[in-house]
Amino acid sequence: CLDDLDQVPQDKDYVLADELFNDPDAYKQVLAKLYAGLAISGQQGPAGLPDITGIDEGFSQYLRQYWLAQEVTTDEAVIGWADGSLPDYHNQSWNSSNEFVAALYNRIMYQITSCNAFLRETTASKLSDRGVTGDLLTEVQLYRNEARFLRALSYTHAIDLFGNIALVTEADEVGFWTPEQRTRSELFAFVESELLEIESGLAAPQSNEYARADQAAAWTLLAKLYLNAEVYTGTNRYTDCVTYSSKVINAGYTLENTYANLFLADNHTTSGVIFPIAFDGLRTQSYGGTTFLIHAAVGGSMDPADFGINGGWGGNRTTSALVSKFETGIDITASNNAIGAASNWGIVGSATPNEWNGPDIVLYDTSDADVKQCFTTLVDGEIKFRPDNSWGSDFGDNGNNIAVTAGLYKITVNVATQAFTIESDPRAIFHTDGQNLEIEEIGTFTDGYAIAKFKNVDQNGIAGGDSTGNFTDTDFPLFRLADVYLMYAEATLRGGGGSEAEAINYINELRERADGFGTVTSIDLDFILDERARELYWEAHRRTDLVRYGKFSNGDYVWPWKGGVKEGTTTSAHLDLFPIPSTDLNANPNLEQNTGY
Amino acid sequence: STVGTSTDFDGNYTLDNVKVGDILVFSYMGFNTQEITVGSSATINVTLQENSQTLDEVVIIGYGTTTVKDATGSIASIKSQDLNKGAIVTPDQMLTGKVAGVTVISDGGAPGAGSTIRIRGGSSLTASNSPLFVIDGVPVDSDGIDGVSNPLSTINPNDIDSYTILKDASATAIYGSRASNGVIIITTKRGTSNGFKATYTANVSVSQNSRTVDALSTEQFRDYVNTYGTASDIALLGDASTDWQDEIFQLGVGTDHNLSLQGGNEKFTLRGSIGYTNQTGTILTSKFERATYSIGGTTKAFDDHLKIDLNANLALINNRFADTGAISSAISMDPTKPVYDSSSPYGGYWQWLQSNGNPIAVGAPKNPVATLQQQHNTAYATRSIGNVQFDYKMHFLPELRANLNLGYDISSSEGSDNTYNSANENSPELAKLGSERTYEQQKTNLLWDFYLNYATDLESINSSIDVMAGYSYQNFENKGSSVDDIQDPSITQYFDFNNVLNLQSFFGRVKYMYADKYLLTVTYRRDGSSRFVGDNKWGNFPSAAFAWKIYEEDFMANAESISNLKLRLSWGITGQQDIGPYYPAIAQYLGSTETAQYQFGNSFVSTYRAEPFNTTLKWEETTTYNLGIDFGFWDDFLTGSVDAYYRETVDLLNFIPFPGGSSLSNAGNANIGSMENKGLEVSLIVNPIRKDDLNLDIAFNASYNDTEITKLTTNYDPDYEGVETGGISGGVGNTIQRHTVGYAPSTFFVYEQVYDSNNKPIEGVYVDRNNDGEITIADKYRLENPTADYTFGLSASLVYKNWDFNMSWRANVGNYVYNNVDSNLGFELQLLNSAFPDVISNGVENVLESGFVNGGAERYLSDYYIEDASFIKLDNVSIGYRFIRPEDKKSQWALSLSGQNLLIITDYTGLDPEVNGGIDYNIYPRPITYMLGLNLTF
Repeated sequence: CLDDLDQVPQDKDYVLADELFNDPDAYKQVLAKLYAGLAISGQQGPAGLPDITGIDEGFSQYLRQYWLAQEVTTDEAVIGWADGSLPDYHNQSWNSSNEFVAALYNRIMYQITSCNAFLRETTASKLSDRGVTGDLLTEVQLYRNEARFLRALSYTHAIDLFGNIALVTEADEVGFWTPEQRTRSELFAFVESELLEIESGLAAPQSNEYARADQAAAWTLLAKLYLNAEVYTGTNRYTDCVTYSSKVINAGYTLENTYANLFLADNHTTSGVIFPIAFDGLRTQSYGGTTFLIHAAVGGSMDPADFGINGGWGGNRTTSALVSKFETGIDITASNNAIGAASNWGIVGSATPNEWNGPDIVLYDTSDADVKQCFTTLVDGEIKFRPDNSWGSDFGDNGNNIAVTAGLYKITVNVATQAFTIESDPRAIFHTDGQNLEIEEIGTFTDGYAIAKFKNVDQNGIAGGDSTGNFTDTDFPLFRLADVYLMYAEATLRGGGGSEAEAINYINELRERADGFGTVTSIDLDFILDERARELYWEAHRRTDLVRYGKFSNGDYVWPWKGGVKEGTTTSAHLDLFPIPSTDLNANPNLEQNTGY
Repeated sequence: STVGTSTDFDGNYTLDNVKVGDILVFSYMGFNTQEITVGSSATINVTLQENSQTLDEVVIIGYGTTTVKDATGSIASIKSQDLNKGAIVTPDQMLTGKVAGVTVISDGGAPGAGSTIRIRGGSSLTASNSPLFVIDGVPVDSDGIDGVSNPLSTINPNDIDSYTILKDASATAIYGSRASNGVIIITTKRGTSNGFKATYTANVSVSQNSRTVDALSTEQFRDYVNTYGTASDIALLGDASTDWQDEIFQLGVGTDHNLSLQGGNEKFTLRGSIGYTNQTGTILTSKFERATYSIGGTTKAFDDHLKIDLNANLALINNRFADTGAISSAISMDPTKPVYDSSSPYGGYWQWLQSNGNPIAVGAPKNPVATLQQQHNTAYATRSIGNVQFDYKMHFLPELRANLNLGYDISSSEGSDNTYNSANENSPELAKLGSERTYEQQKTNLLWDFYLNYATDLESINSSIDVMAGYSYQNFENKGSSVDDIQDPSITQYFDFNNVLNLQSFFGRVKYMYADKYLLTVTYRRDGSSRFVGDNKWGNFPSAAFAWKIYEEDFMANAESISNLKLRLSWGITGQQDIGPYYPAIAQYLGSTETAQYQFGNSFVSTYRAEPFNTTLKWEETTTYNLGIDFGFWDDFLTGSVDAYYRETVDLLNFIPFPGGSSLSNAGNANIGSMENKGLEVSLIVNPIRKDDLNLDIAFNASYNDTEITKLTTNYDPDYEGVETGGISGGVGNTIQRHTVGYAPSTFFVYEQVYDSNNKPIEGVYVDRNNDGEITIADKYRLENPTADYTFGLSASLVYKNWDFNMSWRANVGNYVYNNVDSNLGFELQLLNSAFPDVISNGVENVLESGFVNGGAERYLSDYYIEDASFIKLDNVSIGYRFIRPEDKKSQWALSLSGQNLLIITDYTGLDPEVNGGIDYNIYPRPITYMLGLNLTF
């Protein structure tokens, strides 16, 4: 009778740890959970059986938390919702009680301990006890290295966001105990050594199954660590950054031809993605990830059907600071010269420097004799086309002046048919209809341009697999080639020993891919930061980039609503690191709070 | 001079030398004394009223009985005739306001709804705070089963004979393992040994909501949109005028029939009953239907040495649940829109649609009538509780008794939740397909316990002793499954669960009495729970109590005004292990559903997750000290008791943050923290009028309870804002309460609103409490908590000839409520939101008062919405008349009329100040109910 007090689960969904690995398939299933930890929030998609608690499960999802911390704190995004302390992100007024900071920290820690649990269950001695040999043994060794990569990825996020945290590995046990805190430098050294150790034990670039990490993923992560090493440790490692970004660049990746395709429901078929977080509207459901990124960005006059979803959540927009990044960034003269010879046609109007008097902005000849083209910067106003700086053969839009808003444009006009196009950088995927450029009220969705970059429709406009329109198929490109190009360029400019000419080539490759939107002939560090915004906005890089440039908190760079002030204001330098959450300080006496909190 | 006599066995008496005008005093143990002035008649017949408070009354305690006068613990016993009357569907409602220190708050006004019952405020933080229910000797599972909102609703209130509430540790410790929050023992009615009796009761009741939420009227709404809306908002106004709350609320109608038959003789008694209840709720579609059957018998054999007691009852319940989310939709749905729209592809109901005909999924309220009518959320449940008890007095040693109790509590349920043509789906095609879900669950709780009891008088030392020792085994099996999205086989999901909890105990008790004045009770219980592992499985729970019957002392002999005076002192430790998960201390992996797979290459892999666990989990322990005085004055004109208690819980089973990196989740169950409860309880019964044809009883109780968290985390940091709790509607993840050291659990944690000179709140302006020049979360402060500091109950019972009249009042003082209705439906963006330009929504009148525009997280957390919800309620009034047929006194029939929830006096601005947990949103309104009842006995 007393034996009845020893109960074990009868449920088939639950398996005792000692029994699970009797099934050889279990190794891959536990590995899949480590990857899924970046994509979904629990064992019952989209919600239910959550991995971590204390916050709405949808909010707790790894990518959603990471994205909020990396984007909403910067010039690239605002979010209008009244969710707890969320507004503190854009106001840069968070403290250690902020539940989003805690959820971010908890997610990262969860991911680390999950990886540790897998590594603990797959030690050489445990594998040999269970009689794992042959192909399975080889497979499990690869899984172990991928688990270590994933752990290194989360530790890198921790180093970047929180600095000094506990270091726990598979050598530690599970339970209620109090781990020791390590310095940012110690954690950096750990992650670096881990990545260098597993580098050779990962699959060759592009040889692994889709969505699983390979050598290029590890190299990209190393390049990122090295690029930011000066922030993390005080010692710069730009040479290593150049080395590892070169390894990725030479691994055979190509840029996707159409920029916008990288953010669509079928983006698993695009090229140039080194490591994605995979989502599926039917099988990998969560209220975070791209489901959040797409729904939260839709509101106002945006038609949900265009985004392959059932409705927008009306939250995320951007500030005018990001919009203005697209008003510069090319060498206009060089770009125009690359089109062809100057033609006798030009652009006149209140939006041009000489207004209605001329001389006009020159249009250039293309291979088609009727088609003229130029790159130019315009201000708010109107334009018309005319030859020889004179009236007579002028035309606009069916005889009317053409209204334009300020920006950098590629203007193409067919002087025979009078058809014309006025294009911005095609990477500037803004929704402006009904939206105000400037933000009066963060809570008002129509204040600030909306961003239509991520969509749950494929290249043919067909919505993703979830017919309810709730969950998205769009994968999130966590690491992609364009980022590596820009890392190479930046590390080179910072003295890492790469070729500046090569770096300019890489930038021009990005611009060529962007439907040939101009060229550059020289680059500097400020250009790189702006180009990173143009190429990588809303891809969860921005906070790290601004910190590295000293522009995140106390520098001279401000943007609308930074510091909770409409015009933006400088904030305290301690905000470059998030605080250790008070929940953990109260649970673990070994922890010391980051300076300034 | 005084003369007297005794009656014979049949109650006949003769008394000589009696003159007109003399006063005859009739008294009998257990009955109220009655005085009659002699008139001209030579025959004076008297029927004495039974006195429920008599000291010799038997009180059921754990594994045995005692009497009121010999009880050493804090025990309240309440008989069926003293319980709440009226249209009572579930047993918990009978207790509301009746016992000091026991609060019963119904979860809402749905028929058959559950209640939150707390004895002395609850001693746990995240583990269960519900008391243990023991029904006819079977400790039952208080968690209920899917498809029945109230586990106690499976008991027919008409079958209940009495409640005994064990409050202090001396009384409860014998149920050690689950007794920290008190024990409620329910005894069902038994057959009587004096012949056959049949009782039929029937009633019919109507229920109506007394108030509705003050949503803007159609006119107010039009004005609002015209004033604050954009041109496109104004263009969205319709022509209809719909009061959406009128559309979803209805008159509730209920009927109840019970027939019980009982009879027996000295050797054998039997009682059987059947009952049927049918009630429709005051929200469209909500319904509760129940049939109950019970049988109970007692037989004696072997010269009364063996007594066998058998009980079984069975309840069959049909429920249809209404989605209370329809209440907030009814407030926010545009009143200028009609209920029906013949062109709507969504069942002919008007809905907000996109231009492509699909519903607007986000930012648009759904038609609440459609929500209710299109959803068929029904459940069918059965529950049977029963036991057979053998009690054998040894032939060779009658003082030694062996008792074997075999009991069960088995329930099963099946339910389905289907919705068709609903605009909750993304398109007309999906809506037609509908959404279908089914579930089923079985719970099997088996019990056997055995004890030996030896009781004897030790006359040589003027003492008596009663020793008991026993063993108990209880096994709870809980299994079930559910199938989601049946309508589309490609996304259908199956879930199942199968869990077992095993509890075993060894227990003993010694009761010693000296000189019939000094009583000592010592108990000890050792409990094992399958929730824990290794040495932590077992917990030890001792208790001791001392009582002094002061009125028995010689020096009290002349104090004639004192009919009872007893002092009670007790101490004891009780345990808690009920934390929800069945296997929190062992390492397991959990599989994933089809929707939580991850893509590797072209295939999707189901995952396994390493589950968090804590091998160090052990019993939570509560130590209670109790000081009590029982008293009776002036021949029990006034009786009552006063109890003061102090309770400390240590090693709280707490769901708290784990140190980052230590565990497989960020939080989990651990024994961290401690909590204190202290309180005072007063019960008084006044019986000012005791005449043959007029009797008045007034019962009053008052309680004070104060709970404070004294330790919460491993590392004490006075700046720690505490554990978040109290999720609200509005935004995502907003919480309004914290558990913090030094405060009551669930204390509100808010910004301090700033007001203008007209006392109107200024939007976005809060007090900078830490004077750092900005408003951050560091400016929040702690303000009050949802639990009442003081609770009062007052019942009066008046019997005049064939009339009887009862009423119960109740009051709470110091309970605070967060008005989430105002905070979530009372700001401009709720009505007019540019993110959703194709929708306009209604809100509450508070938007006109506050003038708030933005959602703003800080606005949600403003103390503007925290209100003092102290109240006085008239719970119950009933009046009845008994028709007695003169030729046959045994048969009678009675009619009664009663009203429930008749009056609320409060300053709270929401619908009802009584809110479990203190957050008022979408609560099923508690209606006023009027009932006409018939009672036939023959």
